[in-house]
Amino acid sequence: MHMADALISPAVGVGFWGLSLGGIAYSAKKLKENLDEKMVPLMGILGAFVFAAQMINFTIPATGSSGHIGGGMLLSILLGPYASFIVMASILTVQALFFADGGFLALGCNIWNLAFYTSFIAYPLIYKPIARKGKFSFLATIVSVVIALQLGAFSVVVQTYFSGISELPFKTFVMLMQPIHLGIGIIEGVITYAIIKYVATTKPEILESSVGNKQNKLNGVYTKKLVLVFFILTLITGGILSWFASNNPDGLEWSIEKIYGKSELPEKEHFLKNIFKGIQEKTSLFPDYTFKKSEKQETIPEEERYPNIDMGTSLSGIFGAFLVLLITFLTGYVIKTLKKKNL
Amino acid sequence: MKFDKEFFNLGYLDRLSYKNTFIHNIDARVKVIGAVFYIIAVVSFPKYAVLSLVPFFSFQIFFMILGEIPVDFVFKRVFVVSPFIFFIAIFNPFLDRNTAFYLLGIPISYGILSFLSILVKFVLTVSIIIILISTTSFAGLCYAIRYFKVPEIFVNQLLFMYRYIFVLTEEAMRMVRAKELRSFNNKGLELKFYVKLAGNLLIRSLNRAERIYYAMLSRGYNGNMPYIKKKKLNFSDFLFILIMLLTIYLFRFFEPVDRIGKLMIGVIR
Amino acid sequence: MSHHIVRFENVTFKYPDGTSALNGVSFLITHGESVGIVGANGSGKTTLLMHLNGYLLPTSGTINIGDFILNKKTRMEIRKKVGVVFQNPDDQLFMPTVYEDVAFGPINMGLDESSVDIKVRRALEIVGCYDLKDKPPHHLSGGQKRAVAIASVIAMEPDILAMDEPSSNLDPKSRRSLINLLKSFSHTKIIASHDLDMILDVCERCIVIKDGIVVADGPSEIVLSDQKLLEENNLELPLTLQRR
Repeated sequence: MHMADALISPAVGVGFWGLSLGGIAYSAKKLKENLDEKMVPLMGILGAFVFAAQMINFTIPATGSSGHIGGGMLLSILLGPYASFIVMASILTVQALFFADGGFLALGCNIWNLAFYTSFIAYPLIYKPIARKGKFSFLATIVSVVIALQLGAFSVVVQTYFSGISELPFKTFVMLMQPIHLGIGIIEGVITYAIIKYVATTKPEILESSVGNKQNKLNGVYTKKLVLVFFILTLITGGILSWFASNNPDGLEWSIEKIYGKSELPEKEHFLKNIFKGIQEKTSLFPDYTFKKSEKQETIPEEERYPNIDMGTSLSGIFGAFLVLLITFLTGYVIKTLKKKNL
Repeated sequence: MKFDKEFFNLGYLDRLSYKNTFIHNIDARVKVIGAVFYIIAVVSFPKYAVLSLVPFFSFQIFFMILGEIPVDFVFKRVFVVSPFIFFIAIFNPFLDRNTAFYLLGIPISYGILSFLSILVKFVLTVSIIIILISTTSFAGLCYAIRYFKVPEIFVNQLLFMYRYIFVLTEEAMRMVRAKELRSFNNKGLELKFYVKLAGNLLIRSLNRAERIYYAMLSRGYNGNMPYIKKKKLNFSDFLFILIMLLTIYLFRFFEPVDRIGKLMIGVIR
Repeated sequence: MSHHIVRFENVTFKYPDGTSALNGVSFLITHGESVGIVGANGSGKTTLLMHLNGYLLPTSGTINIGDFILNKKTRMEIRKKVGVVFQNPDDQLFMPTVYEDVAFGPINMGLDESSVDIKVRRALEIVGCYDLKDKPPHHLSGGQKRAVAIASVIAMEPDILAMDEPSSNLDPKSRRSLINLLKSFSHTKIIASHDLDMILDVCERCIVIKDGIVVADGPSEIVLSDQKLLEENNLELPLTLQRR
């Protein structure tokens, strides 16, 4: 489920980095408000716990293959939404850095996909309402975990799709991701519940004394935040959609025609469009993505769609590549020898 | 078992990061900036770029030599995490069959180019991170991101968690080994047993958190984690980032591969 | 001088789950004394230690530490006077580097950067670990961790040093270093341990605890030669006193 850097475009990557950092800043602020001294060691240890627990595989019944837990919901139940978001983000960060489990640019996406939905959507909106205060509910755990994972998996598809780098069609990808994660969600839900139940029955005092009142209160104020969250989500999906629509000259002309009654853009918008186009050509920051909606699609000439590749350029390219590498090797060794001599 | 391998890797990387080389001694903040720009530059290449990405390997080579990082280690790590992306990217050659050019008579499709592009970008971005981690202590990295205004609570979380990852994974390992001696299933533990193990580990972890909290209180902890101010950057740090950013910029926008190649061919002719 | 005394008067303590750990403990320790606390597992040693810096407060009875009577308000001050070293150094070394662990206490005391540096340096030099200052704790050996944990406590320059099983898990060489180190300290020392030979070596006085009360309190030479007493408490004569 962890996304890799090479599959996302800078726009998507940076965008989600922004969202995740925002989430971290927001959670940090919320935690600071109700400062609980014990949180620092508790969060640290539970983060290490989930990390360690993830390293142990268990066999999935009836399939013969093995898997490991995610831990997001477990953390949410023990620590409340804000702390669990931060802990999960920290775990993903270490995984990205040390195990190359998910790219660095993609870390923002991964934090969003794996921490946001669990802590801020599934836990408060699904787990808490179903489970009654103080009790751990089997149904609540399973449903919330499944939904969190479904949302996360779907986000992966959306992020990959809007990055435009993989040619995998949207529908195929969705068909692949959702059912798999449904199964994963059920198993994770069961295990999460089982672990907490085990601790609650074996040593209830420890839960009481360490995490007893850590469930951060999400009162009526939350509904405003909830609306804000969904609003932002809509903006993102809507915004990205229109962004791409604007990159498609035919689609834009078509919409311009509908709005202005003519197929030419007014001066001002033209200027902006050229800037975007210029940036795109130079850096591919906005992926070469075309939206299948309008039939005008087919009229884009071949040369515009694919860059021109010249065989001669390629030969010199290969040659030049080796040369660059050779120069680097030599430079590196020279510097190293010089440094050693200086010691 | 997978567990042992993962744990070993974590420990190995951790120990690597404390070596004493030129690269290791460069300030962490500078290295982070370098890595970020590197990744953005690489990922921003067009969909079908393959050869123009090659110069970027020079960074890896340079750092691995100067940083005394075992090459096979880095590329083994990259290889281990590549299956997922390989699986996704492999669709491209099948979905995009328009021919780009002919190589020795064989048609090379755009799909193959984009497939290769993805793989090369993947190797570059993943390896640069591995190198960053191998040449910078985790604490150093955390101070770097704290410097860049990432919230304290998050940074403290990273530091604290990292500190105890080794302790807890060792504890978990001991618990797993005790059971492994009695079971022959190599695919993983039975669910029932896993729950018990994880549950016990959780109980121990919570107890430990209590003891640590006690230790913190005993030394005057009042809710704020103290920290020591970071040293200033020195000349090597500035030089490093200047050269690195300049080189990234050149490689990205000035087609060095093309130019050098053409130059050499011109010279030969 | 009264400011280094530790006085327990009929202290009892009950855990939330009902276990009665201390059932009327009384003793007086004066300035500069070196006292060993011995007893069977579960006898109340650790609980006793946890009262010394106010992590636990007595259910009944009074505790005087220095000029203070231990209660919720005074315990922050008391923590500056009493340093506690734990059984498991991993629980005590929670910062990213050795230097920061040792600096934790002084910084929390409100000292400025240069004063903190002086105290850290001195503490690490006393335990012989200054060269480890930039290492992360998980790179240290058991003996080194123990030494650094001690440094992290003495950096606050407490008057009273309490230690829980300081010699456990140490190889003989580290143990010997530890013993020599402790003997060089002029603090009031209260050491809970099963290592009776170490107690004999380091502490001139010894208190035996059983089921939460004091059953013996006297010079170590005498208390630790009482074979019957020791065996009643799941202990043995120290090896140095055993005859082959």
